[in-house]
Amino acid sequence: MNRLCEIRDLSVTYRGQAVPALDRIELDIVTGERLAIIGESGSGKSTLARGIAGLLPPGIRLSGEMRWSSGQAPAPGRDLGFVFQDPSASLNPVLTIGEQVAEGARRHLGLSWKEAHAHALRMLERVHIPQPGKVMNAFPHQLSGGQRQRVAIAAALAAKPGILIADEATSALDMVVQAQIVSLLDELVREAGMTLIFITHDIALASGFADRVAIFKDGRLVETGPTGAVLASPREAYTKTLIASHRDLTTPPLIREAGL
Amino acid sequence: MTLLAIKNLSKRFSSGGRRVAAVDDVSLTLEPGETLGLVGASGSGKSTLARILMRLLPADAGSIRFEDEDWLALSGADLRRRRARMQMVFQDVLGAFNPRATVASVLDDPLRIHAIVPKAERPKEIAALLDRVGLPASYADRSIREVSGGQRQRIAIARAIATKPSLIVLDEAVSALDVSIRGKILELLVELQEERGISYLFVSHDLAVLRAVSHRIAVMDAGRLTETGPMRQVIENPQSPAAMALIHAVPRLVTEPTEGPYRDV
Repeated sequence: MNRLCEIRDLSVTYRGQAVPALDRIELDIVTGERLAIIGESGSGKSTLARGIAGLLPPGIRLSGEMRWSSGQAPAPGRDLGFVFQDPSASLNPVLTIGEQVAEGARRHLGLSWKEAHAHALRMLERVHIPQPGKVMNAFPHQLSGGQRQRVAIAAALAAKPGILIADEATSALDMVVQAQIVSLLDELVREAGMTLIFITHDIALASGFADRVAIFKDGRLVETGPTGAVLASPREAYTKTLIASHRDLTTPPLIREAGL
Repeated sequence: MTLLAIKNLSKRFSSGGRRVAAVDDVSLTLEPGETLGLVGASGSGKSTLARILMRLLPADAGSIRFEDEDWLALSGADLRRRRARMQMVFQDVLGAFNPRATVASVLDDPLRIHAIVPKAERPKEIAALLDRVGLPASYADRSIREVSGGQRQRIAIARAIATKPSLIVLDEAVSALDVSIRGKILELLVELQEERGISYLFVSHDLAVLRAVSHRIAVMDAGRLTETGPMRQVIENPQSPAAMALIHAVPRLVTEPTEGPYRDV
């Protein structure tokens, strides 16, 4: 097991807040794993994602350590890609899709604009955008939510980072598109041997493809372990509650059904 | 007697010079005390249908009968008066409230506008509404921004039932809530239905949620109703590709320490 990052005693408190958003977190990230960070609102899961990515706002109080095996924190955009929940907020509305995907490749891979455009076109093909040549010249508002998220993934991966963080990247999408995007992330991460940190409120979604899960509540790490082990025999009461709250197509309905 | 009958409803939008059918010849009915789950992917037209039903958008063609009246022919004071019978709960509750409002004022508005109870009795009625949705009466004085997302959704439900409606349209009403709270809100909705005989048109992209509360399910795809039937029939034996895709997309909790379903995709 090759540790990519050792998070030790990490606490984060936002400006003006008395209660820490993250409270003494101890967590290892293993190279090449799919780690799911699971929690409800206010659990600190997005703060952790931003902390790992070096994207926390100025003015926060931070203590503890993140020890990277490379000796330095990964550079956002180059070593680490980030996919946000809302692709319409993370894409620039006045730049073409081609320009946005090419930008990262040009800046971080040292390509010319022409090379970067050719690279962007290949990235759009890899994320299975239909008619990628046409989409290169389109603007974000001309695409559906699912296609925009594919573009955001292409842009996040353009500089070939070793780490991809997806922060509720499928939560704003409908279920059919969500399943497609999860399957795409799975495929891309496997192809490139990337480390995936998948932030979600949906324990079932994570249970389908994460190697390891870390359950967060109110800024604390409640439980962590291999996905199958945690799901099959959760140690903590909160993990049990999360599992019990899950509804799928086998959960008994709440209504009384006629004729049953 | 059928509470709601939508017949051959259509709505087109212009998009980039093209005419797109958002709702295409949709017909459906709803009985008193029944929940119809309306499911579809983004862009399937389910929210447009709900908005036409709420008279927030005009229809291009078709008819709606509600409580034995031509619902689309109502206007002005008649429409305002009849709106008390058909209420709506949205996904984004904060967006649906005046952010400076208190909980009491949010509940006082429908009671005053629809003259449900005399002014002197309104505080008592507000306390009763809060109690019915599981909140203490002391919440009346709080700002709507101070309360949690789940509590806010309870207040939205209290507002919806304040006018004693026969139908509530629930548009992704639990989608933004944490799972532990989501179940409690669904339980509250089912209780209110059993107690008051309210019908629900529950619009969602989440079949697992609809399965919990719906007697029947209608599937929309590209503006058309592709399939309607009893809940179990649609989920256990779907006929349309749209229904099959929606069923397949519901995440299953994998509790076996084996490889997940996405591994072999």
